[in-house]
Amino acid sequence: MTELRLKVEDVRVRFGGTLALDGVDLAVYPGEVLALIGENGAGKSTLMKVLSGAVRPQTGTMLLDGKPYAPQNPKEARASGVAMIYQELALAPSLTVRENIFLGMEPTKNFLLDKKQMTARATTALLELGQNVDLDRKVNTLSISDQQLVEIARASAASARVLILDEPTSSITSKDVEKLFTLIRKLKEQGQAVIYISHFLEELKEIADRFVVLRDGKSVASGMMKDVSKDDIVAKMIGRSLESLYPRSEHKAGDTILNVDNLTGFTKLKNASFTLRRGEVMGIFGLVGSGRTELLRAIFGLDQVQSGELKVALYQGKFSPAQRWQQGIGMVSEDRKGEGLLVSLSIAQNLVLPVGLKETAHFLDPAKVTATTKRWIESLAIRCQAPEQKIGDLSGGNQQKVALARLLNNGVDVLLLDEPTRGIDVGSKRQIYELIDKLALESKAVLIISSYLPELLGTCDRIAVMSKGKLSRAKDVADVNEHDVMTEAIEVDAEVTK
Amino acid sequence: MTEASKEKEMKQTIDPKLMATLNKLTPLFALIVVFIIFSLMAPQSFTSIRNLELIIRQTTIVGITALGMTLVIISGGIDLSVGSIVALVTVAIAWLLDHGTSPLLAAGGALLVGSLCGLLNGTLITRLKLVPFIITLGTLLIFRGLAKGAAGEQKIDAPLSWLNELLAALKPDHVWMIVPPGVWVLIVLALLVTLILNYTRFGLHTFAVGANEHAARLCGVPVEQTKLAIYTLSGLFAGVAGLMQFARLTVGDPTVAAGLELDAIAAVVIGGGSLAGGEGSVLGTMIGALIMTVIRSGCTQMGLSNWVQEMVTGVIIIGAVVLDRLRHRRAS
Repeated sequence: MTELRLKVEDVRVRFGGTLALDGVDLAVYPGEVLALIGENGAGKSTLMKVLSGAVRPQTGTMLLDGKPYAPQNPKEARASGVAMIYQELALAPSLTVRENIFLGMEPTKNFLLDKKQMTARATTALLELGQNVDLDRKVNTLSISDQQLVEIARASAASARVLILDEPTSSITSKDVEKLFTLIRKLKEQGQAVIYISHFLEELKEIADRFVVLRDGKSVASGMMKDVSKDDIVAKMIGRSLESLYPRSEHKAGDTILNVDNLTGFTKLKNASFTLRRGEVMGIFGLVGSGRTELLRAIFGLDQVQSGELKVALYQGKFSPAQRWQQGIGMVSEDRKGEGLLVSLSIAQNLVLPVGLKETAHFLDPAKVTATTKRWIESLAIRCQAPEQKIGDLSGGNQQKVALARLLNNGVDVLLLDEPTRGIDVGSKRQIYELIDKLALESKAVLIISSYLPELLGTCDRIAVMSKGKLSRAKDVADVNEHDVMTEAIEVDAEVTK
Repeated sequence: MTEASKEKEMKQTIDPKLMATLNKLTPLFALIVVFIIFSLMAPQSFTSIRNLELIIRQTTIVGITALGMTLVIISGGIDLSVGSIVALVTVAIAWLLDHGTSPLLAAGGALLVGSLCGLLNGTLITRLKLVPFIITLGTLLIFRGLAKGAAGEQKIDAPLSWLNELLAALKPDHVWMIVPPGVWVLIVLALLVTLILNYTRFGLHTFAVGANEHAARLCGVPVEQTKLAIYTLSGLFAGVAGLMQFARLTVGDPTVAAGLELDAIAAVVIGGGSLAGGEGSVLGTMIGALIMTVIRSGCTQMGLSNWVQEMVTGVIIIGAVVLDRLRHRRAS
């Protein structure tokens, strides 16, 4: 084979108390697509940050075309020819296609922008990709997939040698996925090295030549894509078989405790209806932007409801989050740092913050608060030094356990969990799945929202699909087939509007 | 992570309780250092009991104002109007006394005027959903203008009463009080705010709103009510500070206390408060206020001009925040 394009050896990154990368090896050749596979929290995003110069590793070596590669910042990485295309595209929406392609590296002539050269180079870059886009169009008038194209053209125009794509298909339709794959094949022909990150294994099977699996910050497996089965990859990703990751007991569904009828919100949510019973775990599968979070927020009183009925236990109507806590409902936000937890405050402060059933007093007894916190730290095996420790110092998994402990401490009957295992390690995931199972056995009702289907299939009794603000009828998990759910979530309608 | 590296991890980081205490003590060290420097450089009179008492008395007004500011800053806000409230309050007291109101009632009136000003701030901030900086910048001008208008743009004389004793040097037969009553007011209020912040749900809510308003809302914290209460308290404390200001001046002066809000903010920040919210302590703020008075007094004793004091205080403020930043970076 030809010379290696990019070689990464034994890269380690430590953030405070946690090892985000604990020895990663990876190699990619020119003209090939390398699939980077791993669960959320496995270290994919940290590795990308290392490659794109946003994070500097403590140890390890990287070689680009045989020469040492140690970018001090993203600009240096781009200049060396490593281009990164994030899930959230980094385009200036109100500028034109041409301006975006040369953003930050505009060619100049006599201190003025060299429009002629820009047009010529942009056209060439697009032509080489076999595409034609009006250079004068503003980027915010393009579809998501054309915006992606602009980003790729930008990388080509900057003569990128390594292109890293992060979950490029998570917000585009299947037709556009084909278009993207054609583009990637063109890039291969041009001799570019492509690192493709995704957890849609089907896609990886189709486009990637080789793969590397990350788990808990280590590269644990690599090989040719055509030589492995999907099941093998999944087993390598989670480090154990599926059954042991998702403990599941027989749940006995009791009385209906949550009844949502034709709920419509002001933004995305349209006529959602479902019921949730005690002792049941229900899952809602949906992609980012499908309206799933809005559904939860509407139930919890965080978002306004336009029309529809909502009944929780005996309480009919709309209530504030404070009232919801008092009614025995608790919510875990998908945005752990932005909305879920108060990272600059202590574990204890986070735990006792909700004004729940037991805690209506105006005075707090610090000794009692500490004792309560210690009890939850112990029972959920939260790894920390003391109840006074700041949430920000904990790992993602332990942070999430505090978020869950907050619900349990308030003795809630209904748990609304939005992406409860996003960005946390496999060990903590398993503990959270076990906890959810246990709560169902204690006849609590659990509603989980996730964009990671295996997790829902592994933990839920019933699953519904959310797509473009519409919620499908929930089906028994036994009758659910992975392929159908995906199709329903992605292919029902055209693009997910941003 | 291997077991060995995990253990190493635990040893590397200091116990969080200890760390928190150390963080709180940093301003105290700064105070001691500043004090020692001036004891060495300034004349003997700097360390005399008389001067120490003066320092404490001079800290009272900014100290009381800074108590309210501590609450405001912990909640992630700012209150620029407190200096103007103090001026308005001195005018109100003088007017009341001049119109034959009893000193006690006049004092009550002072607190009422302060609270109402704070309530207006809180109402505007929560209703108009504008940042506190803009609202209180506006009310800074409004309250100041109101004070000047009410006073007819001049000082209002008031008959002497026991109110003027609040912050005066103690008379020989009152030595048993150790410090003047106004200083006791500051001490009691400081203890009260400490209790509120650490032992009440309202205190926890104040921290929560400042640390992350969205998360606070998710947890059912009544964010708007909490803010309303915080700004009202800030106004109330400014009212008390106005009472003390009047005690010192013996007249109502609509131009007094310009820039007091900045001293109060500086005290909170030197004491470890973060303008981003979620952090701050009463002890820190009190030390911060003391540091500034000590510098002022020391410079005066050394015969240094006003501009030197101002520059030194400026350096201390920036230095305190830089130190704080460094501490945080190491912690994370």
